[in-house]
Amino acid sequence: MTLAFLNLSWPVFADALALGSIYALMAVGIGLVFGVLRLVNFAYGQLMMVGAFALAFGGQWGLPNWESILFCIGVVLALSLVMDRLVFRPLRGHSPAVMLVATFAVAFILQNIALIAFGSFGKTAGALAYLQEPWDIFGVEIRKIAIVAIATAAVCLAAIQLLLTRTSVGLHMRAASMDFGTARMLGVRANRVITGAVLVSGLLAAVATLMLSVEQTQVTSTFALSDTIYVLMGVVLGGLNRPIPATLGGFSIGFAFGLLGGILPTNQSQYLPSFIFAAVIVVLLLRPNGLFTRATGAVERL
Amino acid sequence: MSQARRIPELLVPALLILATAWLGLEVSTYLQAYFLDTLVRVAIVVALYVFIGNSGVLSFGTISFVALGAWTAGVLTVPSEQKKFTMPGLSHFLVTHTVGNVASLALAAAAGGVFALVVGLPLMRLSGLAAGIATFAVLGITYNVLTHEQKIGPGLNAFSGVPQTTAIWQAAIGGLICVAVAYVYQRTRFGRMLRAAREDPAAATASGISIHRQRLLAFTLSGALAGFAGGIYVHLQPLQVNGLYLDLTFITLAMLVVGGVGSLLGAVVGALALNGIYSFFSAATNTVDVFGWHLKVPAGTAEIVLGVLMAVVLIFRPNGLTGGREFSLPRRRRRVADLEKARATT
Repeated sequence: MTLAFLNLSWPVFADALALGSIYALMAVGIGLVFGVLRLVNFAYGQLMMVGAFALAFGGQWGLPNWESILFCIGVVLALSLVMDRLVFRPLRGHSPAVMLVATFAVAFILQNIALIAFGSFGKTAGALAYLQEPWDIFGVEIRKIAIVAIATAAVCLAAIQLLLTRTSVGLHMRAASMDFGTARMLGVRANRVITGAVLVSGLLAAVATLMLSVEQTQVTSTFALSDTIYVLMGVVLGGLNRPIPATLGGFSIGFAFGLLGGILPTNQSQYLPSFIFAAVIVVLLLRPNGLFTRATGAVERL
Repeated sequence: MSQARRIPELLVPALLILATAWLGLEVSTYLQAYFLDTLVRVAIVVALYVFIGNSGVLSFGTISFVALGAWTAGVLTVPSEQKKFTMPGLSHFLVTHTVGNVASLALAAAAGGVFALVVGLPLMRLSGLAAGIATFAVLGITYNVLTHEQKIGPGLNAFSGVPQTTAIWQAAIGGLICVAVAYVYQRTRFGRMLRAAREDPAAATASGISIHRQRLLAFTLSGALAGFAGGIYVHLQPLQVNGLYLDLTFITLAMLVVGGVGSLLGAVVGALALNGIYSFFSAATNTVDVFGWHLKVPAGTAEIVLGVLMAVVLIFRPNGLTGGREFSLPRRRRRVADLEKARATT
């Protein structure tokens, strides 16, 4: 059974779906924090990089796999909180552009610390490498990671949706991302909502780290760097303000990358980033609020 | 304010650059390399300032103009017979055409300016976060194309065979040209209109200022200066496309932010101060002596120090070291009591 046009085959299709799922998780993580803080976190990739190193160390210390995974999640959550407390909180209320530049600085600090501590070759994180092996599904060999990534993303996204719509914390988050000032006046506790969003975002970063580490077992200081740039583009493409458009944007970028990267010959696919970037520019010009959002009226005036 | 009081606004940044160049002549050849780098980066930061400072719009795109300028000047000055070996994929036109040093710099500036104009035409309608992301996308495209396109340059390899013509005075003159252009621009009506639009877009539009046109002008000028700086850069050392991407963007942005985005003095002071720190820690990767102490730090320390400085300045002094003000001579202030007496008599 094949999808016999171009070079598209089921495994490529599955891998593209998987990459899209991982990017969708990252997009939700970035979008949630943006919702409450108006902050685009460029350092999200470095958060994941640190998580990947934690995973690698877990393996090196001989921890069982599940302990390594828990360690990775714990480190990412702790770092998210530290980042929020040290950098994001003092900058609250600054313009989004200033905060973007600040997270740019955080990203560079973390990346270079990792470079100094672990060298340019980095470490090997093999806890989940066995997921590279294929499963035979109706005669098509599909890598386990593709299935696992898609399933995990589906579960996580469903959980986020439930959190946002069925719990009071979720309601507060949505209220805060609509209008933080009014939400606070109506009794939403700012710090609690922000910490909640940062923690959920960190958890998603950890999950995405675990998925990415299957593919990139060699963890270096630039782990997830380019992925984060693409996801940021995707989030803007979809629309930063709402979780679902942001997710769709992230998914589309990952899916497009996976699919086109799989079917195009190398001399064309090497320019894939350019096409994606160009698409982002076009979308920004035509629909500054994102592809999947309804246009909101005039310019914001204060 | 009289014109005479304005003179230090240009003079002080210019003198700072000259002093740096002079200091660079006094030190050993080994240390001189850091001064050369510093002077080139001053030019880049000033180019960055011309757009970001005057318009208040974030742009990550400037380094792509630096890269294009470097590619233009580099490809056009490597001797023809060498091009066949160092850049085998180069298009025929570029293989056969070679120009001199000054012409290559002019072409680099032109290339940067034209690229900025073409990109800016649609992009200058955006502001805030959207502008930041869109200009980042431009940087990404430039990096991606220059990395893979062998017809227009060396791809991932470093430039080799570019005649090395940037000595300390050439670098200083380059920096001075950028500072002078930036100063003249911000004193013209165009610069003033853009700064007015930065402070209050609604009021500026109501006064008949076309924000789009003024931003485009500043973006093009900034692109031309960046291209020019890139040309000087490629004549200084064998550049590589990886050196003209995120790291350089971050370093130059940090310099501008720390110095103060709002003023030319801020751009120059930030660039010089942070380059001093950056050079010190870069040199310290091969041990430096500080008052008899042997200091050796691992590679990457310089970037960490810069990052921390940038974050600290953003948090505690968002307007930078200079607070966004130009240099002015201290003036005798009238005391509050005098003012009140004067008010009482009228």
